[in-house]
Amino acid sequence: MTKLILSFLLGLSLVQTASAAEDILVYCSEASPSTFNPQLASDGPSFTAAASTVFNRLIEFKYGTTDLVPALAESWKISKDGKVYTFTLRKDVSFHSTKGFTPSRKMNADDVLFSFERMKDKNHPYHNVSGGAYEYFQSLGMGELIDKIVKTSDHQVEFHLKRAHSPFLTDLATSFAVIHSKEYADQLLKSKKQNLMDIEPVGTGPYELVRYVKDSSIRFKANENYFRGVPKIKTLVFSITPDPSVRFQKLKTGECQLIAEPSPTDIEAMKKNPQIEVISQPGLNVGYMAFNVTKAPLNNAKVRRAVAMALNRKEYLKLIYLNTAELAKNPIPPTLWSYDKSTPEIPYNVQKAKALLKEAGYPNGLELTLWTLPVSRPYNPNGKKMGELMQADLAKIGVKLKLLTFDWPTYLDKGRKGEHQLIHLGWISDTGDPDNFFGNLLTCKAKEGGSNYAQWCNAQFDKEILAAQKVTSQKSRTAHYKKAQKIFAKELPWVPLAHARVYRAFSKKLKGYKIHPIGVEEFYPLEWAK
Amino acid sequence: MISYFLKRVLQAIPTFLLVSVFAFGVIRLLPGDPVLLMLGERGGSPELVAEMRAQLGLDQPLPVQYFKFLKGSLQGNFGESIVSNRPVTEEFFGRFPATAELGVLALLFAVLVGIPLGIVAAMMRGKIWDRVLMGVSLFGYSMPIFWWGLLMILLFSVHLGWTPVSGRISPMYDVEPWSGFLLIDVWVRDLGGEGFFNALKYLILPSFVLGTVPMAAIARMTRSSLLEVLKEDYVRTAQAKGLGPFQVVVRHALSNAMIPIVTVAGLMLGTILTGAVLTESIFSWPGIGKWLVSSVIARDYPVIQGGILLISGFVISINILVDTLYLYLNPKMREAQQ
Repeated sequence: MTKLILSFLLGLSLVQTASAAEDILVYCSEASPSTFNPQLASDGPSFTAAASTVFNRLIEFKYGTTDLVPALAESWKISKDGKVYTFTLRKDVSFHSTKGFTPSRKMNADDVLFSFERMKDKNHPYHNVSGGAYEYFQSLGMGELIDKIVKTSDHQVEFHLKRAHSPFLTDLATSFAVIHSKEYADQLLKSKKQNLMDIEPVGTGPYELVRYVKDSSIRFKANENYFRGVPKIKTLVFSITPDPSVRFQKLKTGECQLIAEPSPTDIEAMKKNPQIEVISQPGLNVGYMAFNVTKAPLNNAKVRRAVAMALNRKEYLKLIYLNTAELAKNPIPPTLWSYDKSTPEIPYNVQKAKALLKEAGYPNGLELTLWTLPVSRPYNPNGKKMGELMQADLAKIGVKLKLLTFDWPTYLDKGRKGEHQLIHLGWISDTGDPDNFFGNLLTCKAKEGGSNYAQWCNAQFDKEILAAQKVTSQKSRTAHYKKAQKIFAKELPWVPLAHARVYRAFSKKLKGYKIHPIGVEEFYPLEWAK
Repeated sequence: MISYFLKRVLQAIPTFLLVSVFAFGVIRLLPGDPVLLMLGERGGSPELVAEMRAQLGLDQPLPVQYFKFLKGSLQGNFGESIVSNRPVTEEFFGRFPATAELGVLALLFAVLVGIPLGIVAAMMRGKIWDRVLMGVSLFGYSMPIFWWGLLMILLFSVHLGWTPVSGRISPMYDVEPWSGFLLIDVWVRDLGGEGFFNALKYLILPSFVLGTVPMAAIARMTRSSLLEVLKEDYVRTAQAKGLGPFQVVVRHALSNAMIPIVTVAGLMLGTILTGAVLTESIFSWPGIGKWLVSSVIARDYPVIQGGILLISGFVISINILVDTLYLYLNPKMREAQQ
């Protein structure tokens, strides 16, 4: 009996000491990963669980920025015509060893070829494994862009593109573009266990997957052979905790030391807690209201400007975003290179808005329908409430606004078909390249099958975006994007609403944490305060 | 008895077919296409959408999809999850032990606390304690689980620091699943008493929250059933013989009052399964409730239809077994059957 009581007490004390252990970090994540192969993923939890822990890419984003740094490729060259990218690979990179696999060689060009051919070649033996849907590879148009990948030596690979496309490098640094072990794939193919490739991953990253208990926890151990040096935190545990308020409570009690996506309503309480550090920065996102410019009267730029000027957007920041967002004026956020600071603000001016409406031929006002966002997103946490505020604002200039919404997939589907007049939407960048915003949201091509909900196709704007895709120097690209922003500000196919700030909360004992602009967590640079 | 068992199995076939039609149809009645949902704001070209729909078999006519699902189900193959690409059966059985462990503990709590509370209330009928206990049980019965769970976390985990907030075991323990029942696996993996009590500590709060509604129902049923029985002649005889109130109630009345209590406790199994959906979400408990909720949100058709079919198969099997056992235990019913 005494033994039992002692065991119980020891069990209790371990709950308290778990968080205090120096070599273990518990991260409260928001959801289960859908896969451990980032090539197949499209969700943040999978990217955090695999892309930045288990794997590496040829090139990566410098921690906390969107600058590119060498990773598995130690250097790269771009041909003059911008169509051939040559990568020289590191020679000292080892893949993880697992229960069933011990690598016999270092990472080389075969692994790079294998990783990309799997996604590109429909006849590749691994292409259809685990469903074969490579959403990022396909939605970034990589399959159609890459002509061929050539191994020129054991440590050199060339990517031949069909046309010059300067966002290509940034795309390669994106979470999905990880490098797998071909040797591991061959071994699994022989034993006909190909699906293990995506369940029991073998990568080159700072952490090795030890165990995934579905919907509960993911355990990693430090990769002792990591090419950048052994991680300082030896054991990393993801405690899957979907409820943000429960995550906050776990942070308070020390059950986790870093939490994903804190709720904006908890931020103030977190700031007051002496054990918790809260940091924030403007996210790579934009919330906007798009005008369907193919429908009258929204094909008239004066009507669009009148509507934009009648909206008291600063008030929305307080009431909808609870002061956790910044007012937007461009389609890209201010943290992204090429942001045009000189773009004039859209003033809140009811009289001027009325006058503009009169000039446009609507002295007695008009009726419009707005589709309000049916889901809560950082770039628009409450579409319905925002719609109601807009309704009240527009009534002041004689615009009678009807509100409508649908379930999320139907909303997106109908929106893409252009069935709306006004629609709430937003974008969170996948890659940290301005083209990811401009190209996907506002070009004529994006009107056909992408996310151009304004149905806006402006030849001048398109010319600038296409030109920026062809040149490789960041300076020249910036010049094109700034011109594009000027055209956008003049035409106003959207009313840019806000750029939501991203918040993170963690234990004050944890050092070295930075918010990654593209939303994926990195654990390698973290350590405990001494 | 074997013929009764076989008859019940045959009777279950139409139920099973109806459930399969319901499970298949109801998720498709919900608006929202899984492919568009997966693509989200990023979208994709119509070709990409068509390709993904074809890969998932969603481009085929509904009857074809249904018969494929039915044929697969009869062979034990419920398809693969759209989200994880893993077999539905593997996903289900990977999570079921967590729900079962939580459910059993919640039911134990409900029975062990509910019955004594009901007895005390019945014995003190009309007095202040009766009113207090019945007031508490009414409060427990009407409690929204989501709110109750958060309240308990705030009180016991955050303010008092007695129990962990959520999870199944401390991250200090690396338990390789064997049976999926953590209270068993800790012994198999040589973590002994320490691991067992640690896992138990994580179970206390969720099973208390999940067991609150059944506990209140059982307490109320025990009280009213006991009050009925206490009016019987043999109880008066027992009292006339000079037996104390405790002996009269526990030894004579309770055994006869148990039939409706057991029935309610059995019905509460359903309440526990539905309550698990919310409890598992609050306490990050990796069971089937949480799994089904996230699958509905993602419109993961194979998981929802397969999951519903597996759960109903489980409930139908338990019902058949219990009814057959009841026949075995109760001679009156056996005679009636013959």
